[in-house]
Amino acid sequence: MALPKYTEPHYRIWHYVYLCICGSVFFFLIAPLFVIFPLSFNAEEFLVFSDGMKRLDPDAFSLRWYKDMIYGTKNPWGAAAKNSFIIAVFATIGSIILGTVAALGLSSRHMPYKGLIMATLISPMIVPLIISGVAIFFFIAKVGLAATHLGIIIAHIILGTPFVVITVTATLSGFDHSVTRAAASLGSNPVNTFLKITLPLILPGVISGGLFAFVTSFDEVVVVLFLAGLETTTIPIQMWTGLREQLSPTILAVATCLIILSVLILVTAELLRRRSERLRGINR
Amino acid sequence: MSSETQKILTTDGVPLEVSLKKAEKKNKIKAFLLVCPLLFFIIITYIFPIGEMFSRSIDDRMITNMLPKTFKAMETWDGKELPPEEVFASFLEDYRALAEKKEHGKLGQRLNKEKNGFTTILKKLFRKMKKFEEGNAKEQIMAIHKRFRDVEYWQAIKRTAPPYTAAKYLKGMDMYFDEDGNITQVEEDRRIHRILWLRTLEVAFFVTLFCFLMGYPIAHLLATLPMKYSNLLMICVLLPFWTSLLVRTASWMILLQQQGIVNDFFVWIGLVADDNRPEMMFNKTGTYVAMTQILLPFMVLPLYSVMKTISPSLMRAGKSLGGTPFIAFWKIYFPLTIPGIGAGCLLVFILAIGYYITPALVGGASGTLISNQIAYHMKATLDWSFASAMGLMLLTGVLVVYWIYNKLVGIDNIKLG
Repeated sequence: MALPKYTEPHYRIWHYVYLCICGSVFFFLIAPLFVIFPLSFNAEEFLVFSDGMKRLDPDAFSLRWYKDMIYGTKNPWGAAAKNSFIIAVFATIGSIILGTVAALGLSSRHMPYKGLIMATLISPMIVPLIISGVAIFFFIAKVGLAATHLGIIIAHIILGTPFVVITVTATLSGFDHSVTRAAASLGSNPVNTFLKITLPLILPGVISGGLFAFVTSFDEVVVVLFLAGLETTTIPIQMWTGLREQLSPTILAVATCLIILSVLILVTAELLRRRSERLRGINR
Repeated sequence: MSSETQKILTTDGVPLEVSLKKAEKKNKIKAFLLVCPLLFFIIITYIFPIGEMFSRSIDDRMITNMLPKTFKAMETWDGKELPPEEVFASFLEDYRALAEKKEHGKLGQRLNKEKNGFTTILKKLFRKMKKFEEGNAKEQIMAIHKRFRDVEYWQAIKRTAPPYTAAKYLKGMDMYFDEDGNITQVEEDRRIHRILWLRTLEVAFFVTLFCFLMGYPIAHLLATLPMKYSNLLMICVLLPFWTSLLVRTASWMILLQQQGIVNDFFVWIGLVADDNRPEMMFNKTGTYVAMTQILLPFMVLPLYSVMKTISPSLMRAGKSLGGTPFIAFWKIYFPLTIPGIGAGCLLVFILAIGYYITPALVGGASGTLISNQIAYHMKATLDWSFASAMGLMLLTGVLVVYWIYNKLVGIDNIKLG
């Protein structure tokens, strides 16, 4: 953003001050994530940069904590990762199916009581998580699913569907309904039309909603804290326990892996957003 | 409709209007059926349990269920003088039944909350009642302890008769029903909940304010920079957004510890002495810093999506009409961003008010918020009805915030990107 030549000096100064403020805010946002990287390769047990690390001495760095994460004795991370993935995958599938179908109905202009129903469907997203946690716990405990995978999956479907509903209804708002009518006039039944015409067009919205649901489930700790048992600990639970008891560098190794995962998710989400915008651009 | 339109018929001879209505109705049902699975799922698994939280929070049938005959006998007692023989006899009968089920201890604990001293006298009754003779329960019970001769203890039992109570809500506000059933405040040094409520509001308010002050400039920069730069900078907002909450909290725990990098930096620039490093974690500072960084993306994204739609020519027009850049910004740009400010502040405030994980990890004792208290009662004391009551109080607060927001900005003006 270059300033025009005629800018008066005090505005010029203000402009640079403004850029400095923005720069420090960006630094504040992103820098904490980069502390974890180097410290996870620390050869020592302390969570501070050792003198060797400051000198960039190769001996001060090691893969020790990554080995501990994978092969360590009484290692809880493997089981936790497996649980987390199972729960997140099924919760995502459930959220996508329920959310997409509901979004199709909601974006129909014939839908009665649209505002009220929409508010009900996205309420798990706007109610503070701790309250959702208590409510969901009462339900899951009542049906006897506490400390089971299924119980946590149901809990995460509740928390994940609002994201799918919102992204898919947003995608459908730019959807040209004449293509489905064209398909119908060419003799296709509604299910076929949905699978062959509508779904491919709204797919970016569905997948990005699914990504939200996946991340919500994968990162969720408040509700799981109420629900999880010994057999169903997830990565967030394990991290929570670790952070409360002793902050070991193994946690930083796990955290590094999680950051890499979030970079992958960010890239996917961004590509999908662009594709979706392009598709909607063509429709217009 | 005029008579002319009714004459229009479809090919099978039905009036067009009827046929259209029929089709419309069919479409309505179709749309509703699509929404049904999720709607019922959410209602059964989520909305009903919130209702259950309410019934749990006011439920007070425990004593009534434990002493059914006593309460029946007490119906005729006026509650002014010592109850008649009938009440004593039924109380003894109820208590014997409880002792057989080994639930008499629970009754003692529960009644002790109503009035101090019940545990002792009930334990005494438990030991002595085996030697009781038939009949004349009143005299035998009164002989055990002088408190059984005190009418206040019997009044305390009678007070628990109504099946519903607001006691848990009062407890959440550091109040209780005293012996006469009046609402009283607890002693000043025991008013912990009120401190927590105020602190939660304070933290939520300041975190929202900090997020706004930091988020507004960068959202503006992102919205006005050319695409290729802003996309790059957007990563700084989106990467933390997609990163696990616990990972971000962990990084703050490392940064803010006493030997951490922030303290190292302060020592290096000479702000603090090396042997006098300030404690930045396990207090409110830690909570503020970590929560602001974690919630900042939720402020930036709605602001950005609103700012993106504001045409730069508006500012140029303002300037060309003689406004200084500051006036042009204040009179033109700022009012146009209000929907984004509203959405961002609402989102951050609501998230902050129910925050649990970060305050629990970096907050220490002076950084815990009301949600930590709810979780504590859910997991440690198992006083679920009290946790429900506090949860619903929090929910009411959140709904009030939505209501105020709707009055001030209008909920339809909300833009989430």
